Amino acid sequence: MWAAILILGGLSLAIGLFLAFASRKLAVEKDPLVEEIDARLPQTQCAQCGYPGCNPYAEAIARGEAEINRCPPGGQETVESLAELLGVEPPSLEGEERPPSVAIIEEDKCIGCTLCIQACPVDAIVGAPKQMHTVIEDACTGCELCLEPCPVDCIYMEPIPETLENWRWRHPEKQEAIRDEASQKVVTAGG
Amino acid sequence: MAEQHTPILPAFFPGGIEPEEHKELTSESPIRRLPVPDVLHVPLKQHIGNPAQALVKAGDHVRKGDVIGKPEGFVSAPVHAPTSGTVTAIEDYPAPHPSGLNGPTVHLEADGRDEWTELDPRPDFHKLGPAGIRGRIRQAGLVGMGGAGFPTFVKLNPGPDRAVDTIILNGGESEPYLTCDDRLMRERPKEILHGASIIGYTVGAKRIVVAIEANKWQAISAMLGASVGWPQIEVVAVENRYPMGAEKQLILSVTGREVPSGRLPADVGVLNQNVGTAYATYRAIVLGEPLIERVVTVSGEAIREPANLEVRFGTPIETIAAACGGYADLGRLIMGGPFVGSALHNTDPPMVKETNGLIFHARSQVPNEPVMPCIRCGACVEACPVSLVPNEMYHLARNKEFERVQDYDLFDCIECGCCAWVCPSNLPLVHYYRYAKSEIQAKERQKEVADIARRRTEARDARLRREKEEKEAKRRAKKKQTDAAKAESDTTDPREEAARKAADKRRRMRGKSPQSSDDGNDAEEGDAEGPGTAATSDESNQR
Repeated sequence: MWAAILILGGLSLAIGLFLAFASRKLAVEKDPLVEEIDARLPQTQCAQCGYPGCNPYAEAIARGEAEINRCPPGGQETVESLAELLGVEPPSLEGEERPPSVAIIEEDKCIGCTLCIQACPVDAIVGAPKQMHTVIEDACTGCELCLEPCPVDCIYMEPIPETLENWRWRHPEKQEAIRDEASQKVVTAGG
Repeated sequence: MAEQHTPILPAFFPGGIEPEEHKELTSESPIRRLPVPDVLHVPLKQHIGNPAQALVKAGDHVRKGDVIGKPEGFVSAPVHAPTSGTVTAIEDYPAPHPSGLNGPTVHLEADGRDEWTELDPRPDFHKLGPAGIRGRIRQAGLVGMGGAGFPTFVKLNPGPDRAVDTIILNGGESEPYLTCDDRLMRERPKEILHGASIIGYTVGAKRIVVAIEANKWQAISAMLGASVGWPQIEVVAVENRYPMGAEKQLILSVTGREVPSGRLPADVGVLNQNVGTAYATYRAIVLGEPLIERVVTVSGEAIREPANLEVRFGTPIETIAAACGGYADLGRLIMGGPFVGSALHNTDPPMVKETNGLIFHARSQVPNEPVMPCIRCGACVEACPVSLVPNEMYHLARNKEFERVQDYDLFDCIECGCCAWVCPSNLPLVHYYRYAKSEIQAKERQKEVADIARRRTEARDARLRREKEEKEAKRRAKKKQTDAAKAESDTTDPREEAARKAADKRRRMRGKSPQSSDDGNDAEEGDAEGPGTAATSDESNQR
């Protein structure tokens, strides 16, 4: 019996030491849950959720401090995706969904104050003091954070137009509905 | 070797269908050249890949064959002026696309002279070498003429680790209505085979197999006749079964080799080219002519005089229809074949490189039976030539289960439409697959954009942190210095100290006035410590 106790006790001690060592040495620096949540957020960095960016919001969700329905750019889709990840019922989105947009600077009005450059969370605005600024459209996330600081209101948002490159096939049933509606209109107009 | 008898190779793929052919509408109408219209709308995107960039501007005079759009990136193709004339504008114009959206287009007013730019014919193509031929094929703007529009030179460069031993010249044309490849094979077989031999030389293939569906016996005999004297070329007949003309299905039936999921024909040593592409290759190399026109089948019950026409790119479909006696009772206009083509909103768009057919369906031909629920009868499973499970894919696509639908190999679907054709509930199945595919691709694009944004914001955070640390370090160093100075000053005359303090105060007062921020005065550093000035110092750092 003593032998068994010694062996098992010794084993658990050894394993315990090993685990303690492993948890120190191989510690995961970033919380994997935070990363998973962050991966599902749209990375607009718009702070509409009340946190200074997507990653801080992901951290707050992981800590259980924030609701998962506070990301309007992600839309209901993101809410559902987060609900699936966290195993909760998807609540409905807080705030309104807006079409994806980019910021445009009216360049002849720009006075070169650099305030928008400091506000941009993704460094998508280039320019220098007293020189015209412009938006790198491909890098702009449409967060609207540059609108507020502009002292001459020369920045506006423009929805990204549908082109041959980004066009998507519609859901067949939705398309049917649109077509039915159109034909109904024709009928009523005829009647 | 040209064979004396041509046995019919059976379809090796599962499923498939035998729809009514309707080829008799145009199969006996010889290729007729459509006169060049007065105004052409030449889209800068006539292929898969990036749109070309316009090289001309309004007012420029161009000759036939001049490059008007240069390729952008690797998978792209140049666009050439289809006739000589004056560029009137570079503006968006309705594109021949199911969306009905506009695309960048060069508008050209023909001068009626139709004169060529300088051409460089190279009948001695061997002297160019494979790389030289590929370069010329790229410059000539060649894309797959079977309907997909993939840049040809990319296909002709399978890479060093893939050896192509067999070229299949695709004369399958298994879709109903279409006869443009049939007519081309009957009327210009020598040119097609010449082009095929150039392609064979370019990729180093020993064997060239011309595969033609058994219902096109005149094409088979014409090609057989022309192949005398080309020992490496064989002509074979394949079973009449849709979708025999699909790339992987034809390769399987002709060579017995199956192209694995997600791989290319070159991975099994085969290169598949449409007969129209071979013909265009002949013209590009031997005659030096860039791709500016093609043969298109104009057919359907709504068109008065169905025909095969050789048409310049940029010719509006309306003009083409008018040349065929116009149309009446149009129910649906399809560009391409009736199965894999896509419906267009109207006849405004121009025809492009990939337009092999324009089908004007009469109102009575457009299916209008009500769509009913899926009853899981399994007819689609039996018809699928890729051995997929169309009904499962339908349910998943309909319910937007985009992750799970990929487990059913959605991206192996060739959108041939066999499943929808046999469906007793009239479900528009292919539409669901196209919808799911484009949603998944859009999501992937979104993810890429989000990843870029994440990287940029992380880089910005890191930069701000670094700047703050640097400032902190500077401040600390400064403080140390002043402390040391103070310790020293303790030993000096108190009157001297009072004077220095007064000077400091004056300097600080000046520092607070907004204009003096570019003084470069050391005293300002001390101000950064004061409340509410963090933003200002941030700004000066930005500058």
